[in-house]
Amino acid sequence: MQSTKTISELTDEIGAMLEALPDWEERFGAIMAMGKELAPYPEEFRREDFIVKGCQSQVWLYPQLADGRIHFSADSDALIVKGLVALVVRIMQDRTPQEILAAPKDIAERLGLVQHLSQNRSSGLASMLKQIRLYAVAFSMRTSS
Amino acid sequence: MHRVEPSAPLLDVAALRTEFPILHRTVHGGKPLVYLDNAATTQKPNVVIDTIADFYRNHNANAHRAGHVLGSEVTTMFESARRRVAESIGASAEEIVFTRGTTESLNLLAATMSGRFERGHRRNIVISEMEHHANIVPWQMVRDRTGAEIRVIPVDDHGLLDMQVAEQIIDDSTAIVSIVHVSNTLGTANDVHRLSAMAHGVGAEFIVDAAQSISGMNIDVNEIGCDALVFSAHKVYGPMGIGVAFIRGRLMESLPPYQGGGSMITSVTFDKTTYAEGPLRFEAGTPNIEGAIGLAAALSWRDSLDMSSVIAHKHALTLSLTSGLASREGIRLHGTHQGHSGIVSFSVDGVHSQDLGLMLDAHGVAVRTGHHCTMPLTARFSTSGSVRVSAAVYTSTDEVDFFFSALDRALTVLR
Repeated sequence: MQSTKTISELTDEIGAMLEALPDWEERFGAIMAMGKELAPYPEEFRREDFIVKGCQSQVWLYPQLADGRIHFSADSDALIVKGLVALVVRIMQDRTPQEILAAPKDIAERLGLVQHLSQNRSSGLASMLKQIRLYAVAFSMRTSS
Repeated sequence: MHRVEPSAPLLDVAALRTEFPILHRTVHGGKPLVYLDNAATTQKPNVVIDTIADFYRNHNANAHRAGHVLGSEVTTMFESARRRVAESIGASAEEIVFTRGTTESLNLLAATMSGRFERGHRRNIVISEMEHHANIVPWQMVRDRTGAEIRVIPVDDHGLLDMQVAEQIIDDSTAIVSIVHVSNTLGTANDVHRLSAMAHGVGAEFIVDAAQSISGMNIDVNEIGCDALVFSAHKVYGPMGIGVAFIRGRLMESLPPYQGGGSMITSVTFDKTTYAEGPLRFEAGTPNIEGAIGLAAALSWRDSLDMSSVIAHKHALTLSLTSGLASREGIRLHGTHQGHSGIVSFSVDGVHSQDLGLMLDAHGVAVRTGHHCTMPLTARFSTSGSVRVSAAVYTSTDEVDFFFSALDRALTVLR
């Protein structure tokens, strides 16, 4: 469900929550807990077309447009990455394509994950954010035509 | 593999560690760095760092060109670095080509040897299932251009090459056999003497990828009997962006130039260019001069150690790693012949290698996860990649103990 907060507010809120934890073990614990709350991924979309490229583990991201808003389903075979994709989905869930396209470009940095994760290409965080943006571009063309 | 001498003098690891400034830094707000990713790159001792800084502070000029004093100093330094590298592997200086690293060395060999498949009856290249992508992809490019065939020696469950298959597939139609000395994923040391004999028995040329072996054993190209041998400086305590292709004299003479440009010529007109003889023919453009002298310093540092002590120390570390992993529930070692390589790969039932790598890093332990640039091999042992722990000469037993406590802690959280 879409948060009542903006993408920017939610990003800063989650960033502050992660920052407040004492170390990376705790942060990974919190991130993995978010992964566990993710809705089950629809098996019919566990296909090559929905794999996010550029991640060391497998990440699936399936977008659906309903009432002008994008609803994402996501999954990963690795726990920390599943948590990361859940975190990104929580921020971006049920937004309009325009909201996503207008979102700040420094989400990874503001989540405080830069040092540990977003510069590590294997985590795929940058690829997930880019993929969400690409889906938003595609859907914005569909909704405007 | 070299023999482990039980009587080898003990290595003073604590003293060695004082020579590597990076080993004393901390990560993630005060955690000591436990660097166990040495198969990816080794750290650099002060003598290498100082050699490079001294080059730029006091000598910098281009080699082989200028008649001024700096130019001739640098040419002397560069060419004596070539001699130092040659001496370190039992070659002569004219057989040492400086490249950007193992990958470029293999690309150079593949590109310049590809003419062999355009004529004559020799139609295939033999590699193995445990090759790094750098010893697979350049040959595939040759195959795609010339129609040559690639034959692959399989790996068994112990992580050993199937030498019976090797005997069968290396035959009269084989032009090149190119094999890794020590696997960067399994730590297995291949019997390069036997493979060399097999290759030469059918008149093929034999190339050794020594990227992982150069730091931990004495390499003598004549003892191995190879026609070419390649390695990178950065895996033997030297700088990045410089490596070596040893190419035996008679093979080198038969090869066309690789890249065109300055340094590799004796005369150029718009009608005709005459190429330089020897290694310079393969070194177009300004070379990585500080890299070459940094590599020479690194090899001298390596050669100042008692190799039997290095082997004994790394053998003990490898045994602690393999026995510690084997004694833990649900952990599968990839291969069983790690020897004294210091390289141990494993996977854990129900735990993704990436999760484990990130959790270990949270404790300051640096390991590698994924497919280690050996996708065909890693896929054989595990679907989600593996975790690779790799020790170097400066790795302490305390670090191995710390790795195990971090591993146990990570597995408690992840399982």
